[in-house]
Amino acid sequence: MFDLGGFGDELAWGFVLTLGVGVGALAVALAFGLAGAALKLSPRLALRFAGFVYTTVVRGIPELVLIIVLYYGVPHVAQNFMRLFIDGFRLDFNPVVTAILVIGMIYGAFMTEVLRGAFLAVPRGQLEAARAFGMSRMRTFWRIHMPQMWRFALPGIGNVWMVLIKATALVSVVGLHDILFWADRAGQSLREPFKFFFAAAVAFLVITYISERVLAVAEARAARGVRTVRR
Amino acid sequence: MDFALIQTSLPALGQGLVMTLGLTAFAVPVGFCIAIPLALARLSHHRALAGFSRAFIYLFRGTPLLIQLYLIYYGLGQFRAALESVALWWFFRDALSCALLVLVLNTGAYAGEIFRGAIAGVDAGQIEAARAAGMSWFVRTRRIVLPQALRIAWPAYTNEVVFLMQATSLVSLVTVTELFRSADIIAVRTFKIYTMYLTVAAIYLMISYAIIFAFGLVERRLMRHLGPAAPGRSIHARALAILTR
Amino acid sequence: MKRVIFTAIALVVALATAAGAQEMKKVRMGTEGAYPPFNFIDQNGQLAGFDVDIGNALCAAAKFDCEWVTQDWDGIIPGLQAEKYDTILASMSITAERAEVVDFSDPYYQELGVLVGLEGTEYKGSFPETVAGKIVGAQSATTHENFARDRLGESAAEIRTYDTVEQAHLDLTAGRIDFFLDGVIAVTGGFLDTDLGKGYQIIGPEIVDREIYGDGAGIAVRKGDDELRDALNAALKQIRADGTYQAISDKHFGVDIFGS
Repeated sequence: MFDLGGFGDELAWGFVLTLGVGVGALAVALAFGLAGAALKLSPRLALRFAGFVYTTVVRGIPELVLIIVLYYGVPHVAQNFMRLFIDGFRLDFNPVVTAILVIGMIYGAFMTEVLRGAFLAVPRGQLEAARAFGMSRMRTFWRIHMPQMWRFALPGIGNVWMVLIKATALVSVVGLHDILFWADRAGQSLREPFKFFFAAAVAFLVITYISERVLAVAEARAARGVRTVRR
Repeated sequence: MDFALIQTSLPALGQGLVMTLGLTAFAVPVGFCIAIPLALARLSHHRALAGFSRAFIYLFRGTPLLIQLYLIYYGLGQFRAALESVALWWFFRDALSCALLVLVLNTGAYAGEIFRGAIAGVDAGQIEAARAAGMSWFVRTRRIVLPQALRIAWPAYTNEVVFLMQATSLVSLVTVTELFRSADIIAVRTFKIYTMYLTVAAIYLMISYAIIFAFGLVERRLMRHLGPAAPGRSIHARALAILTR
Repeated sequence: MKRVIFTAIALVVALATAAGAQEMKKVRMGTEGAYPPFNFIDQNGQLAGFDVDIGNALCAAAKFDCEWVTQDWDGIIPGLQAEKYDTILASMSITAERAEVVDFSDPYYQELGVLVGLEGTEYKGSFPETVAGKIVGAQSATTHENFARDRLGESAAEIRTYDTVEQAHLDLTAGRIDFFLDGVIAVTGGFLDTDLGKGYQIIGPEIVDREIYGDGAGIAVRKGDDELRDALNAALKQIRADGTYQAISDKHFGVDIFGS
C-alpha cells in the first residue's frame, strides 16, 4: 500500500514546491492586500474605484480561469511593456515565480478585504491620540495603526491561507511540478491513480492540520493583553 | 479580442453555461440538505455523530476540490471490477455523476461548517425559552433554531454558493463539458486564447453578480424585521458589498 | 515616494536579468512529457523518448546549447508565443490551422491516426458508421480531437477530450469511452503493447485525411523565427544523412519512421 513505485522522491519535491508556492503566494497576497486596502481606504474616489474593480473582478471569476489567463498573460504583458523601453528585451519568468505572483495577485483581492476590515477595526481613539501627540500620518500608520491591525487581521489571514494553499493544487494545470502534478503522472505511469491521489490528499490534510494549529497559537498570541470576558 | 469569434462561439458557450448552471442548481439544494444534518450532528452530544461530522467536514474542507474530483473519477476508475461486483459501476462510470457527487459532498461540508457556526450563534435565551415552553429537540430545532440560524448564516452562505458556481469550472478537468471547457475547446482550436478566456471570465462575473443579487433579495426578506435601516435594504449596495466586502 | 518607485524598478530589472540573460545559440526545446513513446517522463523524473533523442541529436548537429522545458499540451503553443521556450518538439502535426500562428520545420516523421477499441469490434465500412452512438475520446488540442469533432461529431454520441493520453487510456479501459483516437505509433507503443492495452486493438484502417491530419510531425518555432527554423532543417538533413536519425528510430521502434 505504501509502495510509491519510485516516485516517492518526486512526490516529496512536489510537496516542497506546493508549500513553497503557498508561502510565497501568501507573502505576495499580503503585499497586494496592503496595497488594495490602501486603495479602498483612500479619500480619493479614483483610487477607491480602482480597488473596487480589483476585488470585484478577481472574486467574481473562478481561480482556474484567472490562473490560466494570468499565468500566460502576465509574463507576456510584462515583456511587451519592457520592450517599450528596451528593444528585444527578454524576461525569463521562472514558472514557479510566475505561479507565486499569479496566485498572490488573486488572493491579494481576498486579503484586501481582510486587511481593510482589520484597519477599520482598530479603535479610532488610538489614531486620534497619536495625532494629538503630534505624530505624523506615516508614523501613526507604522507605529500605531499597523501593529494593532494584525490582531484583527489574523483570523481572516488564516482563512485566506487555508483557501490559498488548496488553490495551489491548480498550478498543476499549468504544468508546475507540484505534488498533484507528480501524483497524476505517477498514477498514470503505474496505472494506480487512486493510491497517488490519496497520498496527495493526505499531504494536504497534514498541511491543513498543522496550519490550523499554528493559527490557533498565533491568534492567541496576537490577542495577548486584550481583556476578554469569561462566558 | 476577436469579437466575430465570440459571436460564433455563443451557441457552444451557451451549452456550456447550461451545464454550469445545471451543476450549480443541483449541487446547492442537495448540498444544503446534507449541510443541515451535518451541522446538527457536529453540535450534538453523541460523540460518534459529532466525530463523524467533524471528520467529514475536515476531509472535504482540508483537501483541494481538484484532488477530490481526481480521486473519485480517475481514482475509483481503477477499481472498476470491484465496483461492478457491487453494482455501483454505472454510477462511477459517468463523469457527470462523479462530478455531482463530489460537488455535493464538498459544498455540504463547507455549508455545514457555516451552519454550525450559525446554529451555535443563535441566542441562548431563545433555546432556554423553547425548552421552558416544553418543545422537544426536534420541534425547537425546526421552529426556533434553524430559522434564526439561516438568517445568521445567509451572507456567508451566499459566498459559498458563489464559490460553488465558480468551482464547477474544475469539473472540466474530469471530462465534463461546462462553460470553461467549451471555451477551452474553441480556444485551443483557434488559438484565440485570451479572447475566449476573457469572454468566459466576463460571463462568470455576471453569474456571480446575479447569484449575489438573488440571494440578496432573500437576505432582504430575512432581515425585514430590522426595519428600514436593515442590511439588505438596498439590493445593489448589498450585492456590491458582498463582492467587495 | 520616488525612491520607492526607483528601487522597485531596479529590483524588477535586476531580477529579470538575473533570471535569464540572453545568450546566443542557447535554444530551449519545449515538449509535453506525457506522450509515450515520443516524449515522457521516466521513473527517474527525466525526460525521455524519441522526440527528446531527436531533439538532442539536432542540437548537437546544429551546435546549439539546448535545454528542455515541459509544458502541458494545450498550453504548448501559447507558451512558445510567450517565449517560455523557442521550439516545440512534441510530435506536433503540421496543419494549416497551426501554421497560421507558428512556423514549422520540415516534417521529422510521418504518423497516421487510428481508431482504437475493444478487440473484436467491427469496422463498419466507414469511421462515422463504426462509432455511431458511441463515445469517442481524444487528447485535447490535437488533430485527433479535430478529426473526432469534425468527422465523427455527428454520428458519435459524445466526444470526450483529455489533457493527457494516459488519462484517456485509463478511461478507455474503464469503459467510459468506447473508442480512442491517436497516432498509430504512439498508441501502439504507449498503450496496445503494454499491460493496460491488452484486449484492445486498432479498428479499421489508418486514417487518411490530409486536411485535418496535415503533413506529418514538425518542429514549431515562433512566427518569423526563420533563422532557427532553417538551422533546424539543416540539422535534420544532416542527421538523416549521417544515419543518426535512423539509429534513434531503430532504437525506439525497430524501423525508420521518417516516412515519405
